[in-house]
Amino acid sequence: MVDTNEILSLDELEAAGNIHTGRKHVLSILVENKPGVLTRISGLFTRRGFNIDTLSVGPTDDERISRITLTLDGAVHPIDQVTKQLHKLVNVLKIKDLEPSETVARELALFKVSCDGQTRSEIRELAEVFRGKVVDVGRRSIIVEITGERSKIEAFERLVRPYGLVEMIRTGEVAIARGREET
Amino acid sequence: MRAVDALMECLKAEGVDVVFGYPGGANLPTYDAFVDAGIHHVLVRHEAGGGHAAEGYAKVTGKVGVSFGTSGPGATNLVTPIVDAMMDSVPVVFFTGQVRTDLLGTDGFQEADTIGITMPAVKHSFMITDPRELPRIIHEAFHIARTGRPGPVLIDLPMDLSKADIAYERVTDVHLPGYQPRTTGNAKQIKQAARALAAARRPIIYAGGGVVAAGAADELRDLVRTGKFPITCTLMGLGAYPAPDEQWVGMLGMHGTRAANYAMDEADLICAVGARFDDRITGKLSEFAPRAKFIHIDVDPAEISKNIPAHIPIVGDAKQILGKLVDEYRALETDAGRLDPWWQRIHTWQERHPLTYEPGDGHEIKPQSVIEAIYRVTGGDAIVCSDVGQHQMWAAQYYHFPEPRRWVNSGGLGTMGFGLPAAIGAQMGDPERTTVVVTGDGSIQMNIQELATIKQENLPIKVVVLNNGYLGMVRQWQELFWQERYSHVDMNTFGGEEASPDFVKLADAYGIRGVRLTEAASLEDDLRAAFEAEGPAFIDVRVTRDEKVYPMIAPGEPARNMVG
Repeated sequence: MVDTNEILSLDELEAAGNIHTGRKHVLSILVENKPGVLTRISGLFTRRGFNIDTLSVGPTDDERISRITLTLDGAVHPIDQVTKQLHKLVNVLKIKDLEPSETVARELALFKVSCDGQTRSEIRELAEVFRGKVVDVGRRSIIVEITGERSKIEAFERLVRPYGLVEMIRTGEVAIARGREET
Repeated sequence: MRAVDALMECLKAEGVDVVFGYPGGANLPTYDAFVDAGIHHVLVRHEAGGGHAAEGYAKVTGKVGVSFGTSGPGATNLVTPIVDAMMDSVPVVFFTGQVRTDLLGTDGFQEADTIGITMPAVKHSFMITDPRELPRIIHEAFHIARTGRPGPVLIDLPMDLSKADIAYERVTDVHLPGYQPRTTGNAKQIKQAARALAAARRPIIYAGGGVVAAGAADELRDLVRTGKFPITCTLMGLGAYPAPDEQWVGMLGMHGTRAANYAMDEADLICAVGARFDDRITGKLSEFAPRAKFIHIDVDPAEISKNIPAHIPIVGDAKQILGKLVDEYRALETDAGRLDPWWQRIHTWQERHPLTYEPGDGHEIKPQSVIEAIYRVTGGDAIVCSDVGQHQMWAAQYYHFPEPRRWVNSGGLGTMGFGLPAAIGAQMGDPERTTVVVTGDGSIQMNIQELATIKQENLPIKVVVLNNGYLGMVRQWQELFWQERYSHVDMNTFGGEEASPDFVKLADAYGIRGVRLTEAASLEDDLRAAFEAEGPAFIDVRVTRDEKVYPMIAPGEPARNMVG
């Protein structure tokens, strides 16, 4: 006889949901500092049809290891599948899907904005409010450096766009976990 | 010693006894080292043949296959076997020559960006930049190729570095911090899987190529028999469970049996082992197995919940996990009688829809009957290497594999031209066993040059061509789904004359005995005579021209709507 206490009811089983999380994800990836590693990662994203929102690469305190920080949209992509595929790359050492509330994320952006004698001071004032820095002033343009979370940079962009945004460049986010624990 | 001599030492340390390759300019140093290495190098007639031969060897032996090619076109010719090995998880290490380092990036003669070209299709690859690293990298390559989910690894070796003098010391361990495949499955999950199997009223075990790769056939059989479960295998998994067995319900998928596909459709629990829910298995994904919960056992975590969300995922080596799963299942008090109604339902399907085909007129040879005849002539005990197309499906349906590593085919990539060279590797891996190539008049012409390799190595391979003068599978699709608008599938008639070569004469030109069979009545005797004669044989069987593979799940349809 089947002992019902010992046996699992199939109806109780729930499939792993949350494949599409519907939010932005910041993945912090430690990789071996070897030629071609970034190509392997970007190639994997292309082949599997994943779209990277931002990507930044830099050294760590260990010269044999680099850190890649990339952001992607969990509404569009199954994050679980992305991280599992990344883990299969031999040069990938560690992947952390950073919890937004447990993470400090920063991005740097440079804005080149058109100006004349009158609007120049208005833009400078805006930069001050955003704790930005004016890094270059020309006769017809001004360059402002803003550091912060993505939302802050996007807010500044909305404000200066009416003055005539000549060009803008963003680094993509870098992120680190809060507290004593390593990212 | 030279780096290439160290390379030979590393191959020997890895237990490599045979390799398949083709020399050229950039790998001259490697080929110089072969002269004194004491390793059996098989000279194929095209690099792709060498790559597929290495795959065939790996599939039959479970060991790592090894293939060599030169730079540029030698390497690009290896791309197909590399992708093939990736899709079917075959452990092969590919060595490609590369131009001198001072020519790299200058479009030198026979330069190609081999690492770049192959990057999306390898499990891993290494560009040699320091010849002293070569021995360590070779052992890392073998380790990566054979462990976890097996796959192809490529080593690109620039010519000048391959000649460099290095101090060789035998490498005894590998250091790959980013590569640690999981082997033991989670004990709690295994226990949960056992309880789910015990609760199921309509369970089915769905086994794939991963069971073969893991050497887990014994454990699989143990589980299936202990639980009295019905079992189906994928195209890649054939032989993982002995086909002539009453719990075997046949292959599943596009050309699987109705019993297997209907059982998947009505199951309340599907236990997938080393299988990946490929589109040829599921048919219309949204209507696949709508009532089922899923246990998914796989060594590659990325396969789990990729296509079908798993209720009980278990990551690890199938051999270990199945062993523990049987123990856990035995520890439960189960009532095998609970499956009686389920088995009755399956038996009804089996009786109502056996694999069958219309008999011929007594003279014409039905292609399915050729496979049945091969099965009888070889006592079901041969290695069957297949190409890709209708003949592949008939071989899968009508040759009932009793053991794993007897069925060698290109499943994932579907590479025409795979069968003949793969048989070279297979025969060398298991020299005593009858090795048969089942191919078509389309596929065979994609790597027919390897007949010369068979002759040179004196391999007793039996090549059976199911010759219908058509690219039969494409023709079948044009007939069924493209309103019989036949476009470039007729290989036979060109201005009323036969356009295909006279295969018997062609075989003869290669020094291989050829025979043409056209009469159904004497088919089996003729086949037996050709198989029993010593040495290789090339058997051109003229079969019914417009025969179709049935049953079939039409593309985009759910399994329950099988036709034919």
